Amino acid sequence: MIAVVQFGGSNCDRDAVRALSDLGFEAERVWHEDPLPEETTGIVLPGGFSYGDYLRGGAMAARSPIMKSVREAAEDGVPVLGVCNGAQIGCESGLTPGAFTTNASARFQCEHVYLRVENADTRWTAAYEEGEVIELPIAHGEGRFELDAERYEELEADDRILFRYCDEDGNVTDEANPNGSLGNVAGVLGDSESVAVLMPHPERASLPQLGNTDGRGVLAGFEG
Amino acid sequence: MTTYTATVTVRLKRGVLDPEAETTKRALERLGFELDALRFTERYEVDLDAADADEAEARADEMAERLLANPTIHDYEVAVAEA
Repeated sequence: MIAVVQFGGSNCDRDAVRALSDLGFEAERVWHEDPLPEETTGIVLPGGFSYGDYLRGGAMAARSPIMKSVREAAEDGVPVLGVCNGAQIGCESGLTPGAFTTNASARFQCEHVYLRVENADTRWTAAYEEGEVIELPIAHGEGRFELDAERYEELEADDRILFRYCDEDGNVTDEANPNGSLGNVAGVLGDSESVAVLMPHPERASLPQLGNTDGRGVLAGFEG
Repeated sequence: MTTYTATVTVRLKRGVLDPEAETTKRALERLGFELDALRFTERYEVDLDAADADEAEARADEMAERLLANPTIHDYEVAVAEA
């Protein structure tokens, strides 16, 4: 069962459950004050505005008690996917490197973006080809990826960058970078391949009725 | 025990873009002010009881380390005074 952790202020939890169910997974929302069910085989940290984005996006949720269980599950190899606010929570909790902070535009941005698949050799990207361009929606005010130069080089060397913002043809350019992210980074792996975060919303591009199913491949990562 | 106020100042590391500060700077310039740069800091004032100033500072330091600042993008400093 995939546990979609619902914090106060999460608002993509239902979308995640619906998209995962459509892919054939058993998925349920789990309130953050409740324990993770024993039968948890995967965890989604969904998008939204947990704790009203007080202090920094994801800062409060990252320190909530359930995150200890999430960290332990991740250490045991349970796949964890953080989306948008969930990506901020992943970075704030140390599950994944870097920080997602205020967009360079200083504005909330809600639009469709193109992403280039940088590493197709992970559970989260195995459905794609390396270099493939996919289209996903973003909706965030704090999505600018930041990391110091040394650790960024390590991240690149370790092939832990999953997606970069690009144009329709796959060119990674400043113009195609919606939020000023370092290296156009949109999604990264944690210390192990089983943990990933990304700012764009795969769960909003997974149902055929919505006209774009490019995100299904990311969610299919829970199959391992 | 003495009551102290620990002031925790959190700022972006040098070189990290601060879009809010940039926007504020441009707004000041629109108002006719001349300035070279503008930086935001966040300041937290924490009242706490501690045996001495060192203990108060150590506790505030840990608060900054674990929550108030994000070490990936922030530097912080702590100053303690009797309340």
